[in-house]
Amino acid sequence: MSEEKIYSFPKSIREVTTHYCAGCGHGIVHKLIAQIMDELGIQEKTLMIAPVGCSVLAYNYIKADGLEAAHGRAPAVSTGLKRVQKDKVVICYQGDGDLLAIGTAESVHAANRGEHITVIFINNAIYGMTGGQMAPTTMEGQVTKTTPYGRDPKQVGWPIRACELLNTLEAPYYIERCAVYDVKHINQTKKAIKKAIQNQIDGKGYSFVEILSMCPTNWGVEPQKAADWVRDVMEPYYPIKCFRDGGEKTK
Amino acid sequence: MSEKILMKGNEAIGEAAILAGCRHYFAYPITPQNEIPAYMAKRLPQVGGTFLQAESELAAVSMVMGASAGGARVMTSSSSPGISLKQEGISYMSGAQLPAVIVNMMRGGPGLGNIAGAQGDYFQATRGGGNGDYHVLVIAPGNVQELADYTVKAFELADKYRIVCMILGDGYLGQMSEPLILPEAVKELPAKDWALTGAKGRDPHIIASLRLADGALVGHVYDLYKNYAEIEKNEVIYDTQNLEDADYMLVAYGTSSRVCKKAIRVLRAEGIKVGLFRPVTLWPFPKKEIAEAAKKVKKILTVEMSMGQMVQDVQINAGKYCDVDFYGEPGGMLPVVEKIVQRVKSYV
Repeated sequence: MSEEKIYSFPKSIREVTTHYCAGCGHGIVHKLIAQIMDELGIQEKTLMIAPVGCSVLAYNYIKADGLEAAHGRAPAVSTGLKRVQKDKVVICYQGDGDLLAIGTAESVHAANRGEHITVIFINNAIYGMTGGQMAPTTMEGQVTKTTPYGRDPKQVGWPIRACELLNTLEAPYYIERCAVYDVKHINQTKKAIKKAIQNQIDGKGYSFVEILSMCPTNWGVEPQKAADWVRDVMEPYYPIKCFRDGGEKTK
Repeated sequence: MSEKILMKGNEAIGEAAILAGCRHYFAYPITPQNEIPAYMAKRLPQVGGTFLQAESELAAVSMVMGASAGGARVMTSSSSPGISLKQEGISYMSGAQLPAVIVNMMRGGPGLGNIAGAQGDYFQATRGGGNGDYHVLVIAPGNVQELADYTVKAFELADKYRIVCMILGDGYLGQMSEPLILPEAVKELPAKDWALTGAKGRDPHIIASLRLADGALVGHVYDLYKNYAEIEKNEVIYDTQNLEDADYMLVAYGTSSRVCKKAIRVLRAEGIKVGLFRPVTLWPFPKKEIAEAAKKVKKILTVEMSMGQMVQDVQINAGKYCDVDFYGEPGGMLPVVEKIVQRVKSYV
């Protein structure tokens, strides 16, 4: 009986120790990106934009040319790089503070121009690197370092839904929300990221994948409880679905 | 391209950038430099380049950063309040050693100030401007010909030293039309083996300003300053006029130096021996050169369109050899020839 290798360490990821916390979703998404780079054979043409936040060191893991952006500016930096390196694959990796607070303008306008980039948005409803402050996606009532009595929408506004916001624009080609709280959803996320990158390779335009993710450390819960919280609290507010495909809004 | 043509200062910068091989330009509108984005919007598509009006100055300078990392010659332009916003990207590019050309056609400040030409951003330009230990190479042209010539030079220096190079002009220089001879087109651009082009047949390139490991940032900053020392040694530019027999020395850059030249004619006609020392690179400042010049005169008058910024560099470098006086006009006003004349006469 011949043996078939069905799982191995992705070639496009460096074999180094992770700095991400136990139960964090970043490592899962990094692995998916690396697997997809291997499957599509694009490791030599991928340009990885790292944001400010926990994933600023993404270039230490993803084995591709990497560039670090200022906080919130990743879509603008990606725009400049892609306009020069037109035949490369630019992956713009961002967190919730980066994408929806300090970088709202850059996010909206890169999407509105239909930049030929792939935006991977990790939504874990909190600021990780700075130690657990309120994010634009923090849930109503959620306790963080800067909402010690729970997020009060009357005072600080409601959590922002990125996919729905960007879906009001004309230009985007593909918008989908996924999650990584269980294997089924991780597999769906992989499909979405792969599609978003393939779109760029095919010159289709702007693709956006939001991924609901866990931050057990700053939520102050064990990893499994964090995964459950994404499913039970985040998903009802941030529905998992494809909002736009092939430039057309989904029904 | 050796015939003289008439061109507005801001447009001369745009054409010179294209002649220098710049094919990517990102900016956000602001007066008094709007002729630059308008010119680039028209010209860049004609030469296969990319013009993009950004959503903000923060975005524009970040686009510049991305394009620079991709290996392109890239430029942005703005005026004082917009340059303040660009400081974020300038600091990041300085930390990541990414070359770029940034034009500041200064206007009156602080804040929104006004839209007249001014020189109130000297400190911001020469002291770093953004956060951290770094320098920007600052060139201050004095006429439209120099705006064109030094724009080309700025791209060369930016690439040579992997540094942000700033053209520091002002609203008056940008708006005036003068005859000029356009510079020669740059035929061969320098290779950039550090650029992000995809890790094909090589290890991945990482371009970042973050240095978290123990001691890593210390070493990095020392490396930056080794580069700055080379620039200070090799790239000082300055100009003098009528200094050979001068008893008094005016020190001014950019538009202020033009007013000084007129004052020198008036004073010389009255037999008062006065000359001009004009720093062209403001960083690196012509330290040794101004010190040497100071040894030969009785007194220095620094003239600026500000409340006194460059005068500090003059005092530091020339102050031990002679008295340094100051005359300035803030708020977008030009220095007045008669005031310079009267001040110098008071020294006699």
